[in-house]
Amino acid sequence: MAQYLMSVLNESSDLATADEMAAIDVFNEQLQADGQWVFAGGLASPGSATVVDARDGEPVFTDGPYLESKEHIVGFWIIEAPHLDVALRLAAGGSKACNRRIELRPFLANE
Amino acid sequence: MSDVGEVITRVHREEWARVVATLARRLGDLDVAEEMAAEAFATAVERWPVDGVPPNPGGWLTTTAHRKAVDRLRREVRREEKHREALMLYDTPEPLGAIDDDRLRLVFTCCHPALAMEARIALTLRMVGGLTVPEIASAFLVEETAMGRRITRAKAKIKAARIPYGVPFREDLPVRVAGVLTVLYLIFNEGYLASDPEKEPVRGDLIAEAIRLTRLVRDLMPADGEVVGLLALMLLTEARRAARVSAAGELVNLDEQDRGAWDRELIAEGHALVRARLAAGQAPGRYQILAAINAVHTDARDIRDTDWSQIVALYDQLVRVDPSPIVRLNRAIAVAELDGPEVALAEVDRLPLEGYHAFHATRADLLRRLGRSEESRAAYDRAIALAGNAGETAYLVRRRDQLAGP
Repeated sequence: MAQYLMSVLNESSDLATADEMAAIDVFNEQLQADGQWVFAGGLASPGSATVVDARDGEPVFTDGPYLESKEHIVGFWIIEAPHLDVALRLAAGGSKACNRRIELRPFLANE
Repeated sequence: MSDVGEVITRVHREEWARVVATLARRLGDLDVAEEMAAEAFATAVERWPVDGVPPNPGGWLTTTAHRKAVDRLRREVRREEKHREALMLYDTPEPLGAIDDDRLRLVFTCCHPALAMEARIALTLRMVGGLTVPEIASAFLVEETAMGRRITRAKAKIKAARIPYGVPFREDLPVRVAGVLTVLYLIFNEGYLASDPEKEPVRGDLIAEAIRLTRLVRDLMPADGEVVGLLALMLLTEARRAARVSAAGELVNLDEQDRGAWDRELIAEGHALVRARLAAGQAPGRYQILAAINAVHTDARDIRDTDWSQIVALYDQLVRVDPSPIVRLNRAIAVAELDGPEVALAEVDRLPLEGYHAFHATRADLLRRLGRSEESRAAYDRAIALAGNAGETAYLVRRRDQLAGP
């Protein structure tokens, strides 16, 4: 089994509508029932982010996201799947449920 | 000595995919499988001229490659015990009944939709076709190092993202088979009509490779009508190759081709495949319809004997499957033969293909036939400016210069 990160991409920080929320709940329940759920969550707007850099001793805090971009990550799932074909199906289901694009990315395998 | 060399070349052509595919399943690693297969063939080149060709060359190569892989894995394990984990196979989907062949798994992995199209093409030619990286690089006029990186990156993604080494889920099968056929058809088309003006107008090596790979996929999935259709389409197109390029390197249109130069054997095989699909009584997909259109063309001993109403009817069927403007452009070319250039031109002028050279070439020809020389010349100029293929450009320039003076 491998784990994949499904990042939900959006151009605005608009929250999911009631219909989208309901579809996401159905999708989540299925993930849990099938043993594919690891974790999921929605994120507050990028404007609420703080970049922290403690590499040179005293941490430096910078207000805002590390990168200004048109699109940003508004939520994510971590799923478990035996291989990419299963993960792609789950990503398609997730994209349909939340009505947004998804970037699917594998975690590094622990070799 | 040279006999053994020929044997090795033949065995390489016939056995490469099987050796790589078997190893990839056993080792769960495409990269190692490819490398060990290449080493096994290198060993054969050294040993066979001395020891003689083994009775079962394919088996010998697989065993040799597998032994090399095991030796290498042992060395690695000794170096670092925990590597053992990494050597374990990951789960692959259950095989789908009759079509369980390692080579089919290999084809589906190389043509996986999570890979970029150019990566799929390169990987298929390397892993299934057994072409070397320099061969693939020169076929696509890409730097060898760049092509090497493209293949390395694709293999790394297969590993990291765990692209399965297997036949797709039953529900995904039609889409995934269509994806494989797209890769094969792109390889064929690059050979049939090279898009680069620096290259030969027709590239026999790529065409032969595309046909060989399609034959392999047909053998692996004989019941899939579209696979058979694509093979028939390639054979009926390839049958006309000798007549398609003039001695001066100019592409020759269907109406001017010397039909005596067509390859009757390929035509017979293509026709037999098309007939078999017709007899199957299933609704045909685009490749089967395209093959049928080519069967009608190759059935005519003379351009005047062509059954244009049959061809237009097949294009009508194709438009229903694929209503793209390019299909409608080709339909209009057939309509010109049936209903005249004026009707065809009216249809062509409605198509949104301003940036496509064949659109302007078709308009130029229809305008010429309608005696509208000046407009025809302008359309030829547009087509020449947009055409990439050297032989096609030569043809268009000649046709333009044959127009009546302004």
